[in-house]
Amino acid sequence: MVTTQGGLRRRTVLGGVGAACLASSLGQAEPTVMLPLGGGPEARRLTTAFPEKGSMILQRMRPPLLETPFEVFDQGVFTPNDRFFVRWHWSVIPESVDAGAFRLSVRGQVNKALSLSLHDMAAFSQVELAAVNQCSGNSRGLFMPRVPGAQWGNGAMGNARWTGVRLRDVLDRAGVKAGAVQVRFNGMDAPVVPDAPDFMKSLGIDHARDGEVMIAYAMNGTQLPLLNGFPLRLIVPGWYSTYWVKMLNDIEVLDRVDDQYWMKTAYRIPDTPNGRVKPGDTGFKTVPISKMNPRSFITNLTSGQRIAAGAPAAVRGIAFGGDCGVARVDISADTGKTWHAAVLGGDEGKFGFRRWNATISVSAKGSETVMVRCTNTAGVVQPPEANWNPAGFMQNGIESLPLIAT
Amino acid sequence: MLVKLMIASLLTCFCVTPAISQTVMNFRSVKVELPTEERMFPGGDKAAAINGNCLACHSASMVLNQPPLTRAVWSAEVHKMVSAYKAPVSPQDVDAIIAYLVQTNGKP
Ligand code: HEC
Repeated sequence: MVTTQGGLRRRTVLGGVGAACLASSLGQAEPTVMLPLGGGPEARRLTTAFPEKGSMILQRMRPPLLETPFEVFDQGVFTPNDRFFVRWHWSVIPESVDAGAFRLSVRGQVNKALSLSLHDMAAFSQVELAAVNQCSGNSRGLFMPRVPGAQWGNGAMGNARWTGVRLRDVLDRAGVKAGAVQVRFNGMDAPVVPDAPDFMKSLGIDHARDGEVMIAYAMNGTQLPLLNGFPLRLIVPGWYSTYWVKMLNDIEVLDRVDDQYWMKTAYRIPDTPNGRVKPGDTGFKTVPISKMNPRSFITNLTSGQRIAAGAPAAVRGIAFGGDCGVARVDISADTGKTWHAAVLGGDEGKFGFRRWNATISVSAKGSETVMVRCTNTAGVVQPPEANWNPAGFMQNGIESLPLIAT
Repeated sequence: MLVKLMIASLLTCFCVTPAISQTVMNFRSVKVELPTEERMFPGGDKAAAINGNCLACHSASMVLNQPPLTRAVWSAEVHKMVSAYKAPVSPQDVDAIIAYLVQTNGKP
């Protein structure tokens, strides 16, 4: 299902739920993609207007919300920088960054406050790791009943190889004082209105010092695109993207739990297994969102695609374990009645995407549903019934893809 | 630009903890221009209140891409903009904004 028109690849695959197709009418300057968002609106423009970015699904121009077209996930285990999703909260985003003048400050409950240049950062011991960066609200548009917020399909995620330094090494250089409780991260973006809450996120001191949380200065082997956080971005492996503060220029060690808006009020989930509540439930306790859950997607077939009945069909895709590795991926070609293990591709590290492939065969002609399910190395399995919460976070229901055998 | 000095070390596993690699960074300063948005809420006079109050922080698409929502949810959204995000919304426009949202994208 690949056709080329106007220089754009016109295939869009939406893992799982519903159909995605490209509508384009002659004389329309910008092509449109249809996301399978029940109740609509489904149409989104594809745009190439953003710097250092290729064709992206335009969710919002200002501040930018750009979704990765799903076809990109079929092309490799790493998501190219120019197709990596983009998500900002406030529209005051510096359009230029002087690499020589940039400084990262480290302050608060430390023995010695630091002001680090990029040169200083590069002098720390270097680390590298593959990790999935996924928005807390990835797939929010697929929630049923629908909830307000950025109406993403499944493309607010990506996998990259991040290069940089351990946050622990930077904190140790400053010397964390006894009594430190959390570490707060702030970037160079700012609200439009002066008294509005600047976007900041905090991690517990032990998490910040676990040797896995890092400050990246490169993504897939090159410096980060400005829209993905140039020059420095916090990498919190296994945790949702909300913590991966972009254009990071300020680290403050706190002697208390951070009680500002983006920790205390926003990005909170029900304190229930998998953040699940029933629509209409109220009065549940909430906690800050944290670790990701397992997910898997079919990347080479589209909803409603025709396959030959009685013949083997190749199915492939991606999976990730969330906060740990992928133990297994299973595929069902009969709406979940029977499951077969898929073959896992190379392991680039427990926090990254893992490719998988399988062969299915549908004997009877007619419509059939293919499903894919990831089990992570902690034994957590994707739920058959999608989880739901009022903020539209942590979606990880088993994806299903209707096919037609002919 | 990044120069790989020790390819061999990059080929080793990037597993549990970050693996040591050797790469040299030559950071380039960046200067870009972000596209601007001219789209407004459609509807002429009926959209005057929302166009006057709701475009300062984000594009109209943040609102236009929402699914149909009930009056209660739309009303809560408008009040959230004011209380949480300090949107300078004129009090006399609040009803007209909610009416526009319910009329154009409401649900029972
Ligand atoms: C002072 C800045 C500001 C103004 C003015 C503003 N908003 Fe927002 N709005 C925000 C921020 C910040 C968000 C969250 C952005 C994000 O998540 O990327 C948001 C998000 C939204 C959302 C998505 C749902 C949600 O709650 O996140 C809707 C709908 C919305 N705004 C409607 C409106 C309407 C209607 C108006 C006019 C009354 C308005 N906004 C004016 C700052 C503002």
